Amino acid sequence: MDFGLNEEQEILKKTAHNFLTKECPTSFVKETIKDEKGYSPELWQKMAELGWMGLIFPEQYGGMEGSFLDLAILLEEMGNVCLPGPFFSTVILGGLPILKGGSDKQKEDFLPSIVEGKSIITLAITEPCAKYTPNGIEVRATKSDKGYILEGTKLFVPDAHIANHIIVVARTTEGTGADGITLFIVDSKTTGISCSPLLTIAGDKQFEVVFDKVSVSKDNILGAIDNGWSVIEAIWPKVIVAKCAEMVGGAQKSLEMTVNYAKERKQFGRPIGALQAVQHYCADMVSDVDACRYITYMAAWTISKELPAIKEASMAKAWCSDAFKRVTANGQQVHGAIGFTEEHDLHLYYKNAKSWELLFGDRDVHCEIVAEQMGL
Amino acid sequence: MDFSLTDEQNKLRQEVRDFLDQKLKSGAFQITSNGWIESFSQDFSREMSRKGWIGMTWPKEFGGQEGTYLDRAILMEEMLRYQAPIGYHFLSDRQVGPAIIHFGSKDQKETILPKIINAEVSFALGFSEPDAGSDLVSVRTSATEEGDHYIINGQKVWTTGAHRADYIWTLVRTDPNAAKKHKGLSEFIIDLKSPGVTVRPIINMAGVHSFNEVFFDNVKVPKENMVGEKNRGFYQIMAQMDYERAGLERLMQNYPLFEYLVEYVKKEKRNGEPMCKDPKVRNTLAQLEIEYQIGRLFCYQVAWTLTQGRLPNYEAALCKAYCTQFEKRLSDAATRILGLYGQLMPGSKWAPFQGDAASSYLWSVSYTLQGGTVEVLKNIIAMRGLGLPLG
Ligand SMILES: Cc1cc2nc3c(=O)[nH]c(=O)nc-3n(C[C@H](O)[C@H](O)[C@H](O)COP(=O)(O)OP(=O)(O)OC[C@H]3O[C@@H](n4cnc5c(N)ncnc54)[C@H](O)[C@@H]3O)c2cc1C
Repeated sequence: MDFGLNEEQEILKKTAHNFLTKECPTSFVKETIKDEKGYSPELWQKMAELGWMGLIFPEQYGGMEGSFLDLAILLEEMGNVCLPGPFFSTVILGGLPILKGGSDKQKEDFLPSIVEGKSIITLAITEPCAKYTPNGIEVRATKSDKGYILEGTKLFVPDAHIANHIIVVARTTEGTGADGITLFIVDSKTTGISCSPLLTIAGDKQFEVVFDKVSVSKDNILGAIDNGWSVIEAIWPKVIVAKCAEMVGGAQKSLEMTVNYAKERKQFGRPIGALQAVQHYCADMVSDVDACRYITYMAAWTISKELPAIKEASMAKAWCSDAFKRVTANGQQVHGAIGFTEEHDLHLYYKNAKSWELLFGDRDVHCEIVAEQMGL
Repeated sequence: MDFSLTDEQNKLRQEVRDFLDQKLKSGAFQITSNGWIESFSQDFSREMSRKGWIGMTWPKEFGGQEGTYLDRAILMEEMLRYQAPIGYHFLSDRQVGPAIIHFGSKDQKETILPKIINAEVSFALGFSEPDAGSDLVSVRTSATEEGDHYIINGQKVWTTGAHRADYIWTLVRTDPNAAKKHKGLSEFIIDLKSPGVTVRPIINMAGVHSFNEVFFDNVKVPKENMVGEKNRGFYQIMAQMDYERAGLERLMQNYPLFEYLVEYVKKEKRNGEPMCKDPKVRNTLAQLEIEYQIGRLFCYQVAWTLTQGRLPNYEAALCKAYCTQFEKRLSDAATRILGLYGQLMPGSKWAPFQGDAASSYLWSVSYTLQGGTVEVLKNIIAMRGLGLPLG
């Protein structure tokens, strides 16, 4: 057993922390959230130069071939500063399915350009029924002379407005199960695709993407026909744990902000942090944060070792979903009214906590998976 | 990072399991919650001793194995999974021995440590008094010097196992005039058979005689029974606390209930369906599993820190606070899943799992109190861990 980071990981963490603290202050976060693009192309390029987009991709595509644990460490730092932008979409939701299911040519076509920061990719999986399961996939891909015609509506698609390509999860064969689902990598400028923005609680960019008789070729298929779900299934624990890693960072920062505030803010002639009610809120917060960290890193380590991680991933997401939310709510209580203002930074975390709780399944969704894994 | 165990560690776990399986089959004990501390068997402890499982982390010069705290965590995890009867040696092994190694005289080390390792003596811990619970520095039991003896007068309370143990490890006042209360306390080993010692049972709300009042009426104790420095007793105790606080025994006092429940809901039917198909039952048990796994990580994190030769800072207090609250939720969830059967006590006709759920629900009141209440632990986390100002 070893609960510590190795030397390279310490360096990665420190570098990421210093870089992001400088390049992504909360003033930048707040501006970017309000901006229509939702990211800064300059910062995006700098991140690419640091090798972050290629952190977990093989060297042959220009990547650094780091472990999933390394990626988790980087994501924790991103969550710590509420980094806005399409990193998660591009690397996790876009890059991982291509790495897992793509042909050699597709990997050649997409991975190096992801690594260089030239390509933004996203995944269109959820639909108006808002489910992450095969029975939630109703967008149709019907065979045509030239290939396939995509028809239907995807919802909650992150960063669709800036994505060069969208991986679309569609039904090629009638049914409700995993069989008959196929993935397509689609150029976002293809005729018939239209995007409308949604207004989200955390200000991240999500879209309704309508496919109106969108014609795609056979070459756009990612993985095997009718067997696309296996790719989603294979990367899903990574997707979930990647999100948890961001939650760990966000929870850690919320705790630090709150403890610092409790030391500074004076009422009744002394810091509120000397009041036991406030101390116990803070003690509960650090307990939640440490728990988030250990359960997430255990899952990330399991994935890094290429061991089965369905249960570990779901344990982490079930816990982090509740705990990050609890930490930010306690943080708000300790801050008093100042925390309720737009000027303050705490609301960024409070909002992310709710947003990320709902993304990829909340506690109840993941408890059900854990129950299954327990043999219940 | 590495969340796996080494081959040797896995081998140790298997060896402990094999031993316990064999003991269980031979009827040496039964798996019931709290059995690990309530069952008191010198014979069983002697067998553990022969295996080298008492004093596992102690230095070789004192008869120990110089094993790591991770080894001990693995040993304890299995002992608790089976609720093996380790009440005879548990406190001496965890606490008394290490305190003697740190603070004891040469003579104490030579005479007492081998007896602990060989399961020849059993200790109780006499810290709390009627007016000194969380506020331990208010201890009033006094020790007055008289020739080559000290004379002890006063009372201890909540003393677990004093009716079965040979000795009591106490914190008493040696300087009633010390300017600061915590600077007048010392630690003593007192023979419970000494004239003037009276042990009076207290029956707890689970109906069990587990702890006691211990009265000292002019009890003569040889000077060499003082441990460490005179008037430094409080500091010595504080230095030991982090070793004591975060063992798996804080997570697994009622662990058998959890394994039992998971099996129970698979077999038992309600409305013609196995109970485990009920979404509420699934959700409750999955949540408990997640909380349990987190508690386990907390315990192993502390053991790992100690293995690295570092003392945990706030982590031991955090671990205990979290884990004991989990144990409470487990026993409550168990009684609710069992429904009306959840009220049936040990010995009752129809009681599932020997009445473990109801009994553990009662015992669980004590989990968040003993050895530092959750509130006191949160104070420690806030002040020592987070650097918040003194309340
Ligand atoms: C089953 C069991 C076994 C035990 N075995 C032993 C034993 O073998 N040897 C031994 O010496 N003792 C033993 N104890 C005693 C145990 O250590 C004490 O119960 C514990 O330290 C609390 O003291 P108290 O019961 O006097 O409660 P009090 O200290 O009176 O506390 C009452 C309440 O006030 C709260 N409180 C007190 N101080 C603070 C504070 N500063 N901040 C916030 N809240 C506070 C507490 O958290 C609690 O909720 C045992 C107790 C139990 C229940």
